[in-house]
Amino acid sequence: MKVQLTVNGTSQTVDVEPRRTLADTLREDLGMTGTHLGCEHGVCGACTVLVDDSPVRSCLMFAVQAGGSKITTIEGLADGERLHPIQQAFVDNFGLQCGFCTPGFVMLLEGAHRMGIEPDADALVELLASNLCRCTGYVAIKEAAAQALAVRRSSTAPSRGRPAQPARRPTRRYR
Amino acid sequence: MKPSPFRYIAPLDLDEALSALAASPDTKVLAGGQSLVPAMNLRLTAPGAIIDINGIPGYDRVTVAGGTATIGMLVRHMDLARPGFDDPLAGALAEISQHVGHLPIRTRGTFVGSLVHADPAAEWCALALATEATVVARSAGGTREIPAAGFFLGPFTTALREDEIVTEVRIPLLGSGTFGFAEIARTAGDFATVAALALVRLDGDAFGEVRIGLAGAESTPSRPSAAETSLAGQRVTTEAIAEAATIAADSLQPIEDAQCSSGYRRHLAKVLVMRALQQAVGRAA
Repeated sequence: MKVQLTVNGTSQTVDVEPRRTLADTLREDLGMTGTHLGCEHGVCGACTVLVDDSPVRSCLMFAVQAGGSKITTIEGLADGERLHPIQQAFVDNFGLQCGFCTPGFVMLLEGAHRMGIEPDADALVELLASNLCRCTGYVAIKEAAAQALAVRRSSTAPSRGRPAQPARRPTRRYR
Repeated sequence: MKPSPFRYIAPLDLDEALSALAASPDTKVLAGGQSLVPAMNLRLTAPGAIIDINGIPGYDRVTVAGGTATIGMLVRHMDLARPGFDDPLAGALAEISQHVGHLPIRTRGTFVGSLVHADPAAEWCALALATEATVVARSAGGTREIPAAGFFLGPFTTALREDEIVTEVRIPLLGSGTFGFAEIARTAGDFATVAALALVRLDGDAFGEVRIGLAGAESTPSRPSAAETSLAGQRVTTEAIAEAATIAADSLQPIEDAQCSSGYRRHLAKVLVMRALQQAVGRAA
């Protein structure tokens, strides 16, 4: 079936079997391998992308269902060489080890932001429980997410690339 | 893994969906897909055709009329975080929605889909049972209104026929009643190990009507009616609540799995029924 998608602002038409998931279409048909596939049954969250600005598990949606939708993937966040504030926050806080889960976490946070969700500390932990990190680096991921939220709160216009509150505290984390 | 090949049908109105469903027996209806698609990816199910109902207009909202809230088949868990009407039922829906899956699950998964999937641990199924909801099932042959009490037949098994689609669920408003909800799950967003919903209407300083729904305790959502009856007319005391919770727990035949023994489930049921009742009573004060 022919399906038209707008991926990161670019209109794309793919010809896929109905059983092709959105995740596989992004990765295999469009060559955008930034979206990762872990469990392929909705548990790990690595494949999280935005469909019309809402976070979804792209392994649980068929590409044919996304026809006409606006898809945002991890490839659509950075402004050239300048990282998106959430990406920058993960760098600043060592929010990744192997990095496999990172695109999912970043898109989860960006999706929550676009939905107008402003979590407090407890709600942030619940939000992050959506995704799995097999390196178990959750503390650093939580700190990265908290920084990303703080950056966005402190700037009326989203500042790209330059974190307002650098949070390098490796001695505490690696003690 | 990847799902088996299937024929994809995306009707734009309900009649088209119902006749497609009547014409092809080996078919599954796809709404949010948060339970069906994992099962397809794991090849636990391999339907020959999928009817995607997401394009059918008019079923993506909650409407309130005549003391009843009607939840359409495309209302997502996320939509129930702000149900948009004024009744304690809206508060119950909003609070419980935060226990259903995670944000990216809630943006897709539907309330009605959860009922049709009938996972014994699903919070919405316990809510439907306790609120005495009516499940409206449509087929090419007509409409059936199935009381929630007769809808859940077993784990992942409902009274729905293969040619039927649940188009909406009708839930009586709580009016002067209040609710309490308590859940234990292994992690945030996980299915409930056990969850309890209590719906209470006080009559002065005594219990009037009490309804209790449990998820995760038995192989279907449970309604411990003996515990409900034990409270009717009783003065509101901590002892009466504790006694009712014990009666509720003793009336169960709890399931057992790798996570949790049946004895522990019974204990959870007792504690959670107590907490839910106390919360409901507290809200009434």
